[in-house]
Amino acid sequence: MLIVVSVYTDYLVPARSAAGAAATPFYHVTSWPGQIWNWAGNNLRTRDHLQGENDTLRAELLIHKGKLQQMASLAAENVRLRQLLNSAEMVEDHVLVAELIGVSPDPLMHKVVINKGLRHGVYLGQPLLDASGLMGQVVEVREATSQVLLVTDSTHALPVQVNRNGVRAVAEGTGDLHKLILRHVSNTVDIRVGDLLVSSGLGGRFPVGYPVAEVESVVNDPGKSFAEIIARPQAQLNRSRHVLLVLGEDQAALEPANE
Amino acid sequence: MNDSHNRMIITFSFLLAMLLSVYPLSGLWQWLRPQFVTLLVIYWALSLPQSMNVLMLWLLGCWVDLLSGGVLGQHALSLMLVVYVCLLSYQRVRSYSTGQQVIYVFFLVLLQQLINNWVHSLVGRETSSLLLALPALVSALAWPFVVLLMSSIVARYRVS
Repeated sequence: MLIVVSVYTDYLVPARSAAGAAATPFYHVTSWPGQIWNWAGNNLRTRDHLQGENDTLRAELLIHKGKLQQMASLAAENVRLRQLLNSAEMVEDHVLVAELIGVSPDPLMHKVVINKGLRHGVYLGQPLLDASGLMGQVVEVREATSQVLLVTDSTHALPVQVNRNGVRAVAEGTGDLHKLILRHVSNTVDIRVGDLLVSSGLGGRFPVGYPVAEVESVVNDPGKSFAEIIARPQAQLNRSRHVLLVLGEDQAALEPANE
Repeated sequence: MNDSHNRMIITFSFLLAMLLSVYPLSGLWQWLRPQFVTLLVIYWALSLPQSMNVLMLWLLGCWVDLLSGGVLGQHALSLMLVVYVCLLSYQRVRSYSTGQQVIYVFFLVLLQQLINNWVHSLVGRETSSLLLALPALVSALAWPFVVLLMSSIVARYRVS
């Protein structure tokens, strides 16, 4: 009975997020060993090690700063071109840093728990990123934590486009942490191995332009009506500890420009 | 000993089992995790069949569902079925040798996995691979150790 109500209706959603508070202490407790490990890693280091790390970080910062210099002029150019095309301006997204405190114990379910909730302004459907790509979206908000469905869960799908030429597709999760498939892409579409797939922003849930996956293999079987395309998620879905919640409601970018 | 004492030990053991069952593991290791809550439910159903309360069991199952983030009621259903089988057969199973009990536990956990997979299939998250039997196998192999640990706890705290 309860299962049927839970699967086919939305009645239990408020009850779930309220009762979810009973589940969070477990995640907090089980995240302690990792936190202690992190703390030890941060505090019990030799001077040489820290200096080496400092040097590499400085070098990295220099490279990023160099790239950022161009970024300013590119952004300005982008705004000018958009004005010429009469389309809406891109809104810069704001982010909230969150920490991952738990992973769903069921191997068939790709869900994680983060330490930000209703209290911090998290909302249903909010996208989650890590340093290298899109991770998933919030599916359940609790008082101080929330649950995130990863892009690789077999019930998840998101609209993407190929960064090289703008071909649109839908990337579906497979239940495998390192595999996404592109659904219903015809055999003649120009997608090659190594192409970067970025979120296309269609559907209005995910913001535009975040890297999602890299195409790993393309199989064109003449006997089948669609190509079999497998992509590997960019985000470190099984490793990231610090994640970013995108706060920017870029509805402005989705609304059609005023004629 | 009195009832409330028993209930406290049982509750505490389940809290510990739930902690163990959400400890973050990655990749294939998740499949190799014994189903601690199920093992404990089987243990208590076999050793203290009169302590089993359907409502408490149902609440426990719902709690596990909240922990795993799955469909609400999934574990409630599967745990109740497992306990039903246990209550039907506890008199026989108690006299089994360890090897026979391991096989018995294997099939019970497999039953639970199959029910869970069926509920997953309602959402479209089922697997068809034989990996599904892996937690059952690991749980069955963990059974003798669980019995050893629990019977020492039962003797130490005089649960009866």
